[in-house]
Amino acid sequence: MLEIKDLHAGIDGKEILRGLTLSIQPGEVHAIMGPNGSGKSTLANVLAGRPKYEVTSGSVLFEGKDLLALPAEERAREGVFLAMQYPVEIPGVNNIYFLKAALNAVKKHRGEEELDAMEFLQLAREKMKLVELDEAFMNRGVNEGFSGGEKKRNEIFQMAVLDPKLAVLDETDSGLDIDALRVVATGVNELRSEKHSVLVITHYQRLLRYLVPDHVHVLAGGRIVKSGGKELAEELEQKGYDWIDQEAAVAAR
Amino acid sequence: MTTAVNPETVTASAAGLRARAAEVFEKLGWPTTRVEEWRYTNLAPLQKIDWRTDDAPERIDSPATMIGRAALELIFVNGRLVDRNGDLQVRVAEEAGIADWERNAMVALNTANMQDGARIEIPAGTVVDGFIHLLFIGQGDAIWSHPRNVIVAGSNSQVAVVETYVGSGSYFTNAVTEIVARDGAVVDHYKLECESTSAYHVANIYIQQERASSVTSRSIAIGGALARTETNVALAGEGASISLDGLFAGTGAQHLDNRTVIDHIAPRCESLELYKGVLDQQARGVFDGRIIVRPNAQKTVSRQENRNLLLSETAVVDSKPTLEIHNDDVKCNHGSTIGQLDREALFYLQSRGIDEEEARNLLVFAFAGEIVDRMKLEPVREQIRRALFQVLPDRMPERRGSSR
Repeated sequence: MLEIKDLHAGIDGKEILRGLTLSIQPGEVHAIMGPNGSGKSTLANVLAGRPKYEVTSGSVLFEGKDLLALPAEERAREGVFLAMQYPVEIPGVNNIYFLKAALNAVKKHRGEEELDAMEFLQLAREKMKLVELDEAFMNRGVNEGFSGGEKKRNEIFQMAVLDPKLAVLDETDSGLDIDALRVVATGVNELRSEKHSVLVITHYQRLLRYLVPDHVHVLAGGRIVKSGGKELAEELEQKGYDWIDQEAAVAAR
Repeated sequence: MTTAVNPETVTASAAGLRARAAEVFEKLGWPTTRVEEWRYTNLAPLQKIDWRTDDAPERIDSPATMIGRAALELIFVNGRLVDRNGDLQVRVAEEAGIADWERNAMVALNTANMQDGARIEIPAGTVVDGFIHLLFIGQGDAIWSHPRNVIVAGSNSQVAVVETYVGSGSYFTNAVTEIVARDGAVVDHYKLECESTSAYHVANIYIQQERASSVTSRSIAIGGALARTETNVALAGEGASISLDGLFAGTGAQHLDNRTVIDHIAPRCESLELYKGVLDQQARGVFDGRIIVRPNAQKTVSRQENRNLLLSETAVVDSKPTLEIHNDDVKCNHGSTIGQLDREALFYLQSRGIDEEEARNLLVFAFAGEIVDRMKLEPVREQIRRALFQVLPDRMPERRGSSR
């Protein structure tokens, strides 16, 4: 589904990803862990197409298509979703209106029939229950006045509605209490199927207790330095990242 | 309602007044940018034109009509009343005498050439159901009009008045509206300036508020090659309150000037002001907001805010909020911001599949929507959304947030 090859990218002329290679098959859940500054968020933003981030070399294929050649909205329509680390507040843009417009843009692209207001509302209500968001939130501005936890739940709610093929979670767990964490995990687990893939980017192992990954990768110095199964996450939790840094330093020589 | 008289008659006794006002205009001349109040707006192009009045205009159909929705609609073409719809009967107002024709050159010019206008008095204690619509249509080139409106809301009365300015051609509207809110009166006033984009528009609004009256006045400036609206509010009676909102949205080479003066004369009055500007292409916007708190006006509460959104590199806005406080028992704050579309918000919308153009539109309408959503009259909100849709970006979302 996703093929990242020797990706070099950065921001403001500074290279942060230095040759990242990663392959995700349909139905797989991958976790990328790593210390601060290792390039986790850069990877998420490059995949979603945030301006400012520059790709200097390498390639990213999504279902065989050159993802990097597409503007952000087309990546979303192809089925890539980024749950953002810092969801922005957009006062005056109604949550429900915005999400319906987004879903219908995606549906139109897929050649599916667009939903009318009633159909959309029914779908939204169902997904809201899943992430335990109060309906009152939906008639407010996008993320307007939401707490940190509510913003993250809104990200998962949007993901659930848009039903992406590849969901990228950029530190969705950071700053969440245990209840919110469980809600996020429920939302992601609900999405899991043989057709859907998930890339969880996180600093901590906490979320991975509820959201058991098929593969765990350690990112350090802008590339993946170690890959393994879910037990790797536990090892990192116990030993910290120092031993990885040392291994990476050795490998870089 | 009581006496049934035509509200639309201009008081003919004004002959002497006209002559005196003509003398004043002769003396003051057209305002120039050397005058502080006109620093940002140059009327020189208007002086080169040999303006004439249209004495026998014909009735024109306009999509801006609110027939059927307004309790009373008066339609003016080039300053002359051509039609009247609705059953509402009102009294003819006396001269309000609050427009300052002795110092304000454009008011002097209006007074000297005064044409028709609404002269409406709401008797004390009367609540007008629905709203009164005054529709001013400009038509043709090198034609000027000088409408003069007087709205007097008697003690404890309630009324909503909408002024709409539309048209086609390069005409010049020079309007004056006087509003008096007597003790405890509630007035909801709207001015929708949607003139032809080659027209000139100058309007002076005078609002005089007596004890415990409450006025909201919303000014929308969307049309005109050059449009200037000056709103003067005198909070003359204790405990009066004014809510003054404005939205100016310009594109092309439009010049949209908004000047407001709120004079806190009496104690315990409140003024809340929010003006928003959205400017695209080479458009230029002006917000010049002055608040005066007189020595007697203790316990004044005043909040003023001007926020501007520039959509292009070449759009310009001049924002000049001024506070003059002459006593120390007041709560006042004012602020002004100028910014571009939030890139983060734009990316957020795009990252969900919404294309850039629609994302921009959503954000622009969200910004402008704050003013529109605060308007009580649904037909007015509709009218403005339609008008905004024509000037601002290509598509209008069906619905925006209503969180504010």
